[in-house]
Amino acid sequence: MRLISRTMLLAAALTLPLAATVQGQSDTPYERHLNARQGYMDVLAFNIGTLGGMARGNIDYDAEAAQTAADNLAAMSGVNTRPFWPEGSDNAALGDATRALPAIWEDPEGFGEAWMAYRTAASDMAEAAGGGLDALRGAMGPLGSSCGSCHEDFRQSDD
Amino acid sequence: MRFLRIVLALAVIGVGAGLWLTAPQVIEAADLPDHDPDPAHGEQVFIAAGCASCHAAEEAEGEARLILSGGRAFASDFGTFYAPNVSMNSEHGIGDWSEAEFLTAIRHGVSPGGQHYYPAFPYTTYARAGIADLRDLWAYMQTLPADATPSRAHDVGFPFSIRRALGGWKLLFSDDDWVMQGADLSPQVMRGRYLVEALGHCGECHTPRNALGALDHGNWLSGAPNPSGDGRIPGITPDALGWSADDIANYLNDGFTPEFDSAGGSMVEVIANTSQLPAEDRTAIAAYLRALPASE
Repeated sequence: MRLISRTMLLAAALTLPLAATVQGQSDTPYERHLNARQGYMDVLAFNIGTLGGMARGNIDYDAEAAQTAADNLAAMSGVNTRPFWPEGSDNAALGDATRALPAIWEDPEGFGEAWMAYRTAASDMAEAAGGGLDALRGAMGPLGSSCGSCHEDFRQSDD
Repeated sequence: MRFLRIVLALAVIGVGAGLWLTAPQVIEAADLPDHDPDPAHGEQVFIAAGCASCHAAEEAEGEARLILSGGRAFASDFGTFYAPNVSMNSEHGIGDWSEAEFLTAIRHGVSPGGQHYYPAFPYTTYARAGIADLRDLWAYMQTLPADATPSRAHDVGFPFSIRRALGGWKLLFSDDDWVMQGADLSPQVMRGRYLVEALGHCGECHTPRNALGALDHGNWLSGAPNPSGDGRIPGITPDALGWSADDIANYLNDGFTPEFDSAGGSMVEVIANTSQLPAEDRTAIAAYLRALPASE
């Protein structure tokens, strides 16, 4: 319980400044929820950017920075984001303000499974990231696949 | 009276010519040179051509993507097409086909029974593929498992249900010339052109179509409406994408955009394939895309 509230707090702390930069969606009743979701994803992208930048050779491998990014991802994956996803906050209802497809609510089991796959990939990355560039690269593929397989079915693929 | 007879004669000639012109084209076994099939190379062709992305069952992952039982639905303006079973089962798949029948299907879109296939099967693109590559592909596909799932009939209304009319469509729109022309293309760009314009069939989604569903080569890879009805498929010309060659090659490997957003939608299937290609092939695709002219 204590662990959960700590990760929640951490997530909130990480999310807050980014959420503020997301464009306003004041014409929807779910502005706060969309900001929370999109801020959450921005935090993921920030940390994956560190790991991916090293895996791609764009930035030098740094075990400590890699471990920090991977630990952040693992902590984020433990956050219970269920309150961010109220029914009716899909893109069929809200239009361009969100890319969340109705499939999330039509197939909650599939969405939950995809989320669990991301948790597994994030915790595997946390095991690997500090152990050298090859280990990090090895964990990058499954992490990318877990993002992709959820976005394949549950996010509108607009450019 | 004489005039009528001339009209009648012209009509007979016209119908005859029409039937002759729309008759399915066929590759004969006797026309094929000797070839020592290389199934390992065929596997690379299979991956680059994305066969499993359509012909594996929905949601199949890992080894299950090699069971080509079909069944995925493809919505279009003309109806809904269902990918057929192309596993080695002889009743429901293509297990009893000859090599020449396989090549005819891929390059000319004609079934062993002489029927035209709908161009949801991208044979107008695969017509640019090398015969030797396709023969290796056939050798590889014969090593894949048989599956007895029956193919589902397409859900296509009149007049598109008249398959013979597809012969006319092919006459108008079959074109196995390269879209990117030029005598001074580097070997790398030419390899990328082969992967994009032939095997990878990228244009099938990223290029807009005309009213009859043919690809508009004048707006090659400039983005198109999503055939499923939702949103747009992005343009991937240099100006539309704005990514470096490294960005593109990395995206095709790890599935992340330069901002580390992840690929979504149908591109997830594509990356499942491109991530298995040799790194030089991803670099070649990137070099080709960077060499494209700007969208208009």
